[in-house]
Amino acid sequence: MINFGYTRAATIGEAIQAVAGDPQARFIAGGTNLVDLMKYGVERPGRLVDITRLPLKHMEDTPGGGLKIGALVPNSDLAYDARVERDYPLLSSAILAGASAQLRNAATTGGNLLQRTRCYYFYDAAAPCNKREPGSGCSAIGGVTRVHAILGASSSCIATHPSDMCVALAALGATVHVEGPDGARTVAFEDFHRLPGDAPEKDNTLAHGEMVTAIELPAPRFGSNHSYLKLRDRLSYAFALVSVAAAVELDGDRIAEARVALGGVAHKPWRVPEAEALLKGETPSPDAFGKAADRLLEGAVGQGENDFKIELARRAVIRALSQAAAGTPQVQSNKIVN
Amino acid sequence: MSPAQSGSAPEPVSVTLSVNGQTHTLSLEPSVTLLDLLRERLHLTGSKKGCDQGQCGACTVLVDGRRVNSCLQLAVMKDGAEITTIEGLGTPDRLHPMQAAFIAHDAFQCGYCTPGQICSAVGMLGEGHAHGPEEIRELMSGNLCRCGAYTNIVDAIEDARRGREAPTLGTPSLEAAE
Ligand SMILES: Cc1cc2nc3c(=O)[nH]c(=O)nc-3n(C[C@H](O)[C@H](O)[C@H](O)COP(=O)(O)OP(=O)(O)OC[C@H]3O[C@@H](n4cnc5c(N)ncnc54)[C@H](O)[C@@H]3O)c2cc1C
Ligand code: SF4
Ligand code: FES
Ligand code: FES
Repeated sequence: MINFGYTRAATIGEAIQAVAGDPQARFIAGGTNLVDLMKYGVERPGRLVDITRLPLKHMEDTPGGGLKIGALVPNSDLAYDARVERDYPLLSSAILAGASAQLRNAATTGGNLLQRTRCYYFYDAAAPCNKREPGSGCSAIGGVTRVHAILGASSSCIATHPSDMCVALAALGATVHVEGPDGARTVAFEDFHRLPGDAPEKDNTLAHGEMVTAIELPAPRFGSNHSYLKLRDRLSYAFALVSVAAAVELDGDRIAEARVALGGVAHKPWRVPEAEALLKGETPSPDAFGKAADRLLEGAVGQGENDFKIELARRAVIRALSQAAAGTPQVQSNKIVN
Repeated sequence: MSPAQSGSAPEPVSVTLSVNGQTHTLSLEPSVTLLDLLRERLHLTGSKKGCDQGQCGACTVLVDGRRVNSCLQLAVMKDGAEITTIEGLGTPDRLHPMQAAFIAHDAFQCGYCTPGQICSAVGMLGEGHAHGPEEIRELMSGNLCRCGAYTNIVDAIEDARRGREAPTLGTPSLEAAE
């Protein structure tokens, strides 16, 4: 690892100033992604600004009946929080489907949002990669593409966002609280991450020096009608090939509202409101879920090696929505898919 | 806060932390990981470097009682922390019940993953979310064993979890030391 300067920030303002005033400076929280990338020489910050002492470790109820989660709440604490387990079990489940218990203990809410792609070529500092080195080309196109996108990719980059937590946050309609040198703002979750287009070096819409301070969830709904289904190359401790966060609100035997977001398939969690709208007023059935899946996957293209993901995603959507409608969410410990 | 000047030589940072009950004050370059501090500077070589990328769990230690991968932690960020490594859990004549359970169940072959497995298992029981073998398997998935001793590892941890006495050793109740 190259050496770098270190600043232990005492206040949010101090941290923002330290990063905003130095193009080579970066925030560091749990370190589980940034330190890894620094060892590979993929990230080469001149200075790390340690934000772990900042007062962003709390969760509080919001006046609207929602929950505001500080950016430094560890992933494990969030997943096992009694309110989250009760009111947002989809979020708990998605977090527990990711990484390992040790990593979740260290990883933070904010850092999880900002984690970078697991594209093999992005990690290989010797390979051309537009995300790492703008203008150098994309080694993945025509290469090994098992973990790559089937939706929303560009001719510059076909990487996916690897987070599980973010897929649930997209489905739940979270809001991101951001603070920067010019003050605070909020961003709707779907506008936080971006598609690669011709600027794949930008994973999201944060400006340099802007810090995620909290994630806010709207008032809970969906009860036990949710499921996080993650499909991967081994049963645990592996990134998703395809994952689905599904939630439905039932009115009698009809669907009043459905949410479905896909992970592992695009540069951001993939959600299509028109696909969800197709389910309004329908009785839950594989046929109705299949139509929604087709709409959600409209325009999907494989890269050759990852063509299988299109059919896998379609089936996973149907399965996850069926689990959600039945109130039998996917269990993350035994992995038996019912 | 020190002034942020990129490109200037990185200033060593003074860090005070406790390792297995002993306080150390050190001057460290920011790039030193907690694992390298333990192994290279403090010569506590029980914690192992398997992958150095968070992918194997061999480096698992307890930081303020929570299990983490020490290879992905920067030591300078752990100022004020209490670290426990395998060396701090027990001694050859006073084994930690988890160590005793691993021996009793023959839960290793080469032993390289074992310190990480044991620290991780102790951390897991402290977390309180493992209620049987199925959950132990899932919540221990961050610890790989290339010798494939998984069956016996799960048995050992389940035994320790139940607070049973390790069969062949006259150790005190396992629960007592948790
Ligand atoms: C072996 C392995 C397996 C994994 N498996 C999974 C998996 O299956 N699913 C999954 O979802 N994740 C997985 N992860 C990734 C893990 O979830 C992330 O590394 C973690 O969430 C990052 O959080 P952190 O706090 O450690 O971030 P850091 O490493 O500290 O930071 C990551 C990035 O976020 C920035 N940052 C951090 N906090 C803020 C903030 N508040 N505001 C602005 N910027 C910020 C940093 O500058 C940096 O660029 C895995 C990781 C490893 C090493
Ligand atoms: S897919 Fe994106 S991240 Fe991967 S090599 Fe191409 S440009 Fe880089
Ligand atoms: S050495 Fe730290 S996880 Fe492998
Ligand atoms: S005992 Fe050899 S790696 Fe686990």
